[in-house]
Amino acid sequence: MLGLGRKDTTLFAIVVLVTVLAPFLLNPFPADSAMAQFNSGYPDLMQRFAIYGIFAIGFNILFGLTGYLSFGHAAFLGVGSYSAVWMFKLLSMNVIPALILAVIVSAIFSVVIGFIALRRSGIYFSILTLAMAQMMYNLAYSVFSNPAMNLTNGETGLQVYASDPQYLKGNGPDVTHLFGLQMNSTYEMSVAGWKFDFGVGYYLCAVIMLVAFYIAIRIFRSPFGIMLRAVKSNQHRLNYTGVNPRPYNLAAFVISGMYAGLAGGLLACMDPLAGAERMQWTASGEVVIMTILGGAGTLVGPILGAGFIKYFENIFSKINENVLHSWFHWLPESVQNFVVHVLSPFFGEGWSLTMGLMFMAVVIFLPGGLVEGGLRIGRLFRRRPAPTPDAATKPAE
Amino acid sequence: MTTSRFTRRGLLKTGAVTGAAGLALPTIFTSRASAFTNAPMGDTVTLGFNVPQSGPYADEGADELRAFQLAVEHLNGEGDGGMLNTFSSKALDGTGILGKKVAFVTGDTQTKSDVARATAQSMIQKDGAIMISGGSSSGVAVAVQSLCQDAGVIFMAGLTHSNDTTGKDKKANGFRHFFDAYMSGAALGPVLAKAYGTDRKFYSLTSDYTWGWTQEASMNKFLSAEGWSQVKDVRTPVGAGDFSSYIAPVLNSGADVLILNHYGADMVNSLTQSVQFGLRDKMVNGKQFEIIVPLYSELMAAGAGKNIEGVYGSMNWNWQLQDAGTKAFVQSFGTKYGFPPSNAAQTCYVQTLLYADAVARAGSFEPCAVVAALEGDGSSLPGVDSASNKGLVFDGLGNGPTLYRSADHQCFKDALVMKGKSDPTGPYDNLEIVEATPVSKVWYEPDNEMFAGGDLGTCNNGA
Repeated sequence: MLGLGRKDTTLFAIVVLVTVLAPFLLNPFPADSAMAQFNSGYPDLMQRFAIYGIFAIGFNILFGLTGYLSFGHAAFLGVGSYSAVWMFKLLSMNVIPALILAVIVSAIFSVVIGFIALRRSGIYFSILTLAMAQMMYNLAYSVFSNPAMNLTNGETGLQVYASDPQYLKGNGPDVTHLFGLQMNSTYEMSVAGWKFDFGVGYYLCAVIMLVAFYIAIRIFRSPFGIMLRAVKSNQHRLNYTGVNPRPYNLAAFVISGMYAGLAGGLLACMDPLAGAERMQWTASGEVVIMTILGGAGTLVGPILGAGFIKYFENIFSKINENVLHSWFHWLPESVQNFVVHVLSPFFGEGWSLTMGLMFMAVVIFLPGGLVEGGLRIGRLFRRRPAPTPDAATKPAE
Repeated sequence: MTTSRFTRRGLLKTGAVTGAAGLALPTIFTSRASAFTNAPMGDTVTLGFNVPQSGPYADEGADELRAFQLAVEHLNGEGDGGMLNTFSSKALDGTGILGKKVAFVTGDTQTKSDVARATAQSMIQKDGAIMISGGSSSGVAVAVQSLCQDAGVIFMAGLTHSNDTTGKDKKANGFRHFFDAYMSGAALGPVLAKAYGTDRKFYSLTSDYTWGWTQEASMNKFLSAEGWSQVKDVRTPVGAGDFSSYIAPVLNSGADVLILNHYGADMVNSLTQSVQFGLRDKMVNGKQFEIIVPLYSELMAAGAGKNIEGVYGSMNWNWQLQDAGTKAFVQSFGTKYGFPPSNAAQTCYVQTLLYADAVARAGSFEPCAVVAALEGDGSSLPGVDSASNKGLVFDGLGNGPTLYRSADHQCFKDALVMKGKSDPTGPYDNLEIVEATPVSKVWYEPDNEMFAGGDLGTCNNGA
């Protein structure tokens, strides 16, 4: 179906289903229960799941297929955000021009950066991309925020003011919208204690993510994708056979840069403020961790990884000492204080510590990421297939 | 969230007020049906405290959080009541806010605007917070303030010192109690001229972002008025760590004063390195070389240790003040945590109380009603002759008589000029109060050139 194989169609259908039903799946606990703090089905976070999913899918096209580890992808995210906010400032709050410009501008930047950085491979490529991204971050943070030419508004972040021209706005709304459909409007459904939020913004992000995911599958299965895999497995051999891999690498780099720009533009569409921090090297590192955590080179891995990290960052980080005390209130006070004292470095602001430990565990025990973990669990439940004769290695004749 | 302690008296009081409020509020509707974002439905009301718990300003954030917790305890009638006993408004009675027990959620801003907005969003959308407070950086405060304006909740700014917060980025739903860079400059200028003479040449090192710029501009304005002249202003990246390459050129620049427009760890590093370079032992132009740190905090002073000896700076508040409000606050903070509060803690505590008081006086959590209550009855602060001297006047919260000006939602009060002590007796006794500059000296009009360009807009009730 849709030009996909049977397995891919099933996978795509599952992702579609999960995405559409996310408001239910992410709010499994009643709103008043003590477990409600583990709910993550509120519009802002669901949007982030989808947007960072796009970002990671795009990153995976470069890293998962060609093996080129870019440490500067957040630069394209930031460029996309800034372009989108400029469209809001100059034209109107409609998201379509913003997204289009975000993709175009990030494509231009990625052509330039990719052209330079792809002269080298391996660690040198990573360092070059990191340096470029840090340079762009510093430009955005201070150089382009001087009063003479204020492109980025520095630390405060670029935002839309009432005094901006907005030539096409007319009587349009003051919030971001898709031809009048406002991004922040939410339908709230209450069913016997459970609360589910259906946000317009989330469903726009979700649809775009599904399209992005579909394109990624097509790229993975295309001859172009196979060429990219060849780059990953042995670039020298490609050179010897007379194939110049550089155009393929550059194409992959630009495609993943455009994905990042699209994600950045969407971030600005959901929340029209672009800050320089989203270009910092920590943001670039985050997408690397998302991809590896979920499973580099797999189709759904990056989406899983993105969701995992964003969940931790937004939900786990809010478990402060008071919450821990309320969990263990049934213990005698001294024991309770001790337990909370031991656990508190891992919760709340210590979420990144827990995240780091889990990342180490995944890298060591599940080199294929969460996807591999899922497959292993799946294999446990399936009946063990009899070893096929082909599986045994035959000596070469 | 908060540990509950029931007393018979407290329970009776709570019961009486909830009973009255319960009649007035329909409780069967979901928040979609209410007139404003996150109208509190049960018997609790949730506040969101959004502070940096990691990153360069984590110390300030931790102290802010302590103050928030203390404020919530006092609002709920636990502890000794702190500044509730000295506050000039008596609308709060220790039964929560409008009879609803106060609960709170916290978030880690990491001192990044993006993250701060995400945590604030989750407080608003998931936890149902009706007021957001906190922030330890002006960039974060401005970003979260505009988010709160759009979402229709109240933002009570914590530690933010940039002129822009209530200048060109001001918002109707946002309020700032902390002082700003302009007031620092106005307070420091005359004191510095008196101490160091009127023909000084100064060199500035400035954190390269909005706060640094407004601070540098303010200092330049007021020092120039005293006859000082600027040799050079050098921008330094935030979190640089090593400032030696910026400090070395100062020695041969002909300047005899160095102004460090740095905050947090940056200030600790740049000051320590300047002292290590021997700047303060130098004689330039026949005068003793001096260093000035326009914005001080207790935590920074503790970090810089002996190096702050004799260094001038300014503060919003200090625990050594002798008024009844300060004494009550330092007493209850010290009892709970074992050390005196910082001025960041004080501003956060006061902001929480002011919000609760405004709700109690308005009789409603509706943001526009709260904004109206915080804008006050148009009363004026004595001693300031200005048409814009209108708003909410209160006292007993540690800063003396204070005005929440309705024109830009900025508090006006005396500003403190501080100096590093030469014989500190302990880690919390390293600063002395030189002067409390009266409010009339730090006053400015809302259309002042450093604050112009913004528009409060109208208050937003949200959904």
